[in-house]
Amino acid sequence: MARTLVLVGTRKGAFVLESDGDRRDWALRGPYCEGWPVYHAIWDSGSGTIYAAAASEWHGSAIWRSGDLGESWEMSSEGLSYGDDEGRKVSKVSTLATAGSRLLVGVEAPGIFESRDGGETFSLVSTLSGQPGSEAWDDPANQPPGHLGISGFVTDGGDAERFFAVVQGVGAFETTDGGSSWTPRNRGLRRDWPAEHEEVGFCVHKLVRSPSDGQRMYQQNHVGMHRSDDEGRSWHEITEGLPSDFGFAAAAHPHDRESFYVIPLDAGHGRIMPEGKATVWRTSDAGSSWRPLRQGLPQEGAHLGVLRQGMAIDSYETPGLYFGTSTGQVFASPDEGETWTMIADYLPAISSVDVAMVD
Amino acid sequence: MPDVHLPTTLTPLFAGLPRRLDVEGATVLEAIDRLEEQWPGLRDRLVAEGPALRPHIHVYVDKERVDLDGRLEPRSRMDVIAAISGG
Repeated sequence: MARTLVLVGTRKGAFVLESDGDRRDWALRGPYCEGWPVYHAIWDSGSGTIYAAAASEWHGSAIWRSGDLGESWEMSSEGLSYGDDEGRKVSKVSTLATAGSRLLVGVEAPGIFESRDGGETFSLVSTLSGQPGSEAWDDPANQPPGHLGISGFVTDGGDAERFFAVVQGVGAFETTDGGSSWTPRNRGLRRDWPAEHEEVGFCVHKLVRSPSDGQRMYQQNHVGMHRSDDEGRSWHEITEGLPSDFGFAAAAHPHDRESFYVIPLDAGHGRIMPEGKATVWRTSDAGSSWRPLRQGLPQEGAHLGVLRQGMAIDSYETPGLYFGTSTGQVFASPDEGETWTMIADYLPAISSVDVAMVD
Repeated sequence: MPDVHLPTTLTPLFAGLPRRLDVEGATVLEAIDRLEEQWPGLRDRLVAEGPALRPHIHVYVDKERVDLDGRLEPRSRMDVIAAISGG
């Protein structure tokens, strides 16, 4: 029988919620990773490994890994350093992705490391040096709150050498040679502030690609929802119809290139769902129109925040959606977002949610 | 040999690592490097790039706060403290 695992990264360790293919009844286990703050926990279907990017206030950054669905864990940071002579420091491991057999690690100060041995050792791939303004990226005064550095990846299932990396507060960049060279992919994005460079200086919160059409990408930006039909080479805004142009989390439907989910938030300091009504919004026509999905979600006094890695979608025939909040709730929908149930509560603040389907 | 005391946040990360043990070394860094030989990865949990002690790791030798170059005598007591931080 199929097993469905929701991997939850929190401020106090990683947790696992487990169900079957029906995704109706869930069991919680954890915390794992010794309670370290986990910024991003992911499932690697190729190796059957859970990876968790964690950064302890006391003991620094490391990547935790579990090859038995979370029952036991190991941790390593060997090579996950800029070295003693560079002056740069790895203050945090922010995000993870797999590209073929490589594990990609995004860190702050902005840089990308990789592991080619399943998370035992790491080596530096790139700091994206040479990109316009990159010499100032290390300056904490120039960094957005959160200090994530590399805040996300989008990898290409067929080509491990080709992937996107997001530099927090700077923009998205694409490599086609495994990380040796990079091209900004921010044309057409809205920017409500002055910037020195035409190609960089954008605030990409979450970048996703349609699994059914690699040309089709979506992004939740600091200012607006955007869509690309040419694999990130150009973007246009699709915010109209949403209650806010701000948000973090986003997910692309696994089977329908026109369908995409976002969780708009108030754009001010609050960064919580508008009017205290928990709502996921869906477009089924590539952003021409949007529909609120609320059935089963709290509609009164629900001042919930969801971070950029906080929503995931599985790839069952009828996909399930999951999101975790900064107040410790996990909500799940087994029917593409039409109906929702809270499957966990009272967890520590949630940074990330990913989903694994295991035979 | 110096008498080294480790924080409770560290010992669960390494199989068999005790809270208290005798470690050879003339400086704090030497003692940490000696621990690294037996428990690979331990140095990185206490020492950041530089090398420098991680910001919230404090080390005391005979009740005096020191840095990585702090001197150890054969009868010294070295306390590694995970300082109060976070929440």
